Amino acid sequence: MQGLFNRALENFLRQRHGPALWHRVVHRADLPFDSFEPLLRYDPALTDALISAACAELCQTRETMLEDMGTALVSHHDRDGLRRLLRFGGICFRDFLHSLEELPERARMALPDLHLPEMLLEDRAGGHFTLRAKPPFPGAGFVLIGLLRAMADDYGVLVLLDMAAPVGGFDVISILVLDESHAEGRRFDLAIGVP
Amino acid sequence: MDKGWMSTAGSCVGCITLPVAAMNQLMPMHLHLSACGRITALGPTLAKIAAQAKIGAGGALTGQDFFQLFDVRRPAGVTAMADLSARQGERLHLGLRGGDVAFRGLAMADVSGGIVLNLSFGIGVAEAVRAHALTNADFAATDLTVELLYLAEVKRTVLGELQRLNQRLQGAKIQAEEQALTDTLTGLRNRRALDLRLAQAVAGAAPFALLRLDLDRFKAVNDTLGHAAGDHILRMVAQILLAETRSGDLVARVGGDEFVILLPDLIRMPRLIAVANRIVAAIARPVEFEGHICQIGASVGLTVSTLYAPLTGDAMLQDADTALYAAKRDGRGRVMAFPDLVQER
Repeated sequence: MQGLFNRALENFLRQRHGPALWHRVVHRADLPFDSFEPLLRYDPALTDALISAACAELCQTRETMLEDMGTALVSHHDRDGLRRLLRFGGICFRDFLHSLEELPERARMALPDLHLPEMLLEDRAGGHFTLRAKPPFPGAGFVLIGLLRAMADDYGVLVLLDMAAPVGGFDVISILVLDESHAEGRRFDLAIGVP
Repeated sequence: MDKGWMSTAGSCVGCITLPVAAMNQLMPMHLHLSACGRITALGPTLAKIAAQAKIGAGGALTGQDFFQLFDVRRPAGVTAMADLSARQGERLHLGLRGGDVAFRGLAMADVSGGIVLNLSFGIGVAEAVRAHALTNADFAATDLTVELLYLAEVKRTVLGELQRLNQRLQGAKIQAEEQALTDTLTGLRNRRALDLRLAQAVAGAAPFALLRLDLDRFKAVNDTLGHAAGDHILRMVAQILLAETRSGDLVARVGGDEFVILLPDLIRMPRLIAVANRIVAAIARPVEFEGHICQIGASVGLTVSTLYAPLTGDAMLQDADTALYAAKRDGRGRVMAFPDLVQER
């Protein structure tokens, strides 16, 4: 998972902020190379160093930077892969939220040694959900918030997302679905990604 | 039809009666056929496909004859209701006439003499889903078709990533080879290693000697006995060169049968000549290769760094080369030192 995340962060920084910024981050984090391989394993400490270096170079908080990255993971039109894989989870946004619990299982179907953090969804009625996720590194919950925000847009749903106080080592995200047909949403063709 | 389904009074025992809407949810690709083979009902997904394929009268299948619209391809000979009834429980392969979508089917008789035929896509599911723009909602909630499509897409994504990784690794390998310092055939250092070491030696304070060695008659062995013999000889020569030099000396193969030896802190001519003559003598000994006796020889040209002001690696290589060619011209199998260019014994 480290390789995949590190590469995603690299892509985000390169595309959103330019290659020059990425090279400053590489330098600041003291990386022995200048690009990550998504399928290789890396020291988890590298991820933290990378995030800290990026925040310092961008003069942004960890929360802002990671949430931006989470949104870009899904909403970047050039790279449709993750959005599509997530959309397979459900017909509507609620369905998608429920599918998050089986996301680690789905990820393992894709790559047996890809371990996504465990996620637990609580449906509190009235469109209010609580998502608990064990963060693999500090701030990971904000990536999830960014990703959920972009997925809500993708489904055309209006939501309110908030990071609540962590409980027992879990990040707790509060999700309030305000309007399920707020906008048109983006089209999802089931079999377009298969030759 | 299984008679066990009927009680003596004709009422249904152990039967489940479902509203059409429920059938549609459970089996969105089912057909109900009357006893005479007319389509009396069909699931919504199948209706969507038929409408898009413009099969039937404007896509409406209800009321039409099943065998006119559908073609049972396997097993052979299923052309009437009795055949279909006889094949209950078997996997059927069928298609819409005039459409290219293929189905798998399972037929079971109902209590009224009709047949319920449930269909699914076979291995061409992705194509069918794409062609008919089917969505998640077109499949029963228990159906794993969407998971199958998910897996196919995931597989493609991961394979693409692996291919890119392989390409990058291949590129890195080529780059690593370019940066390598070892001659893979003999295990000696290569030209690049020599250039690096020579530059260091030139920049350093310690004096050193440079020795160029060319094999004599090597091409003849290569031509008559083949490359394997040639490779064998090159490895033998490498062993001799390593055995006759010190561990701090650099022994490099810089061309097909050309070698350069850099000897730090060794500039006394008599000793250098002795080393070179030992090497020439050792290489001149006949060796056996697969039953053939091969005899090659070597010529050596050498020079020492203390002759130069200013000192450059190129000049030394050039002069060692001049000495080497003088040795070859003089009859091979001999050692010459720059600038005297007379045979040294």
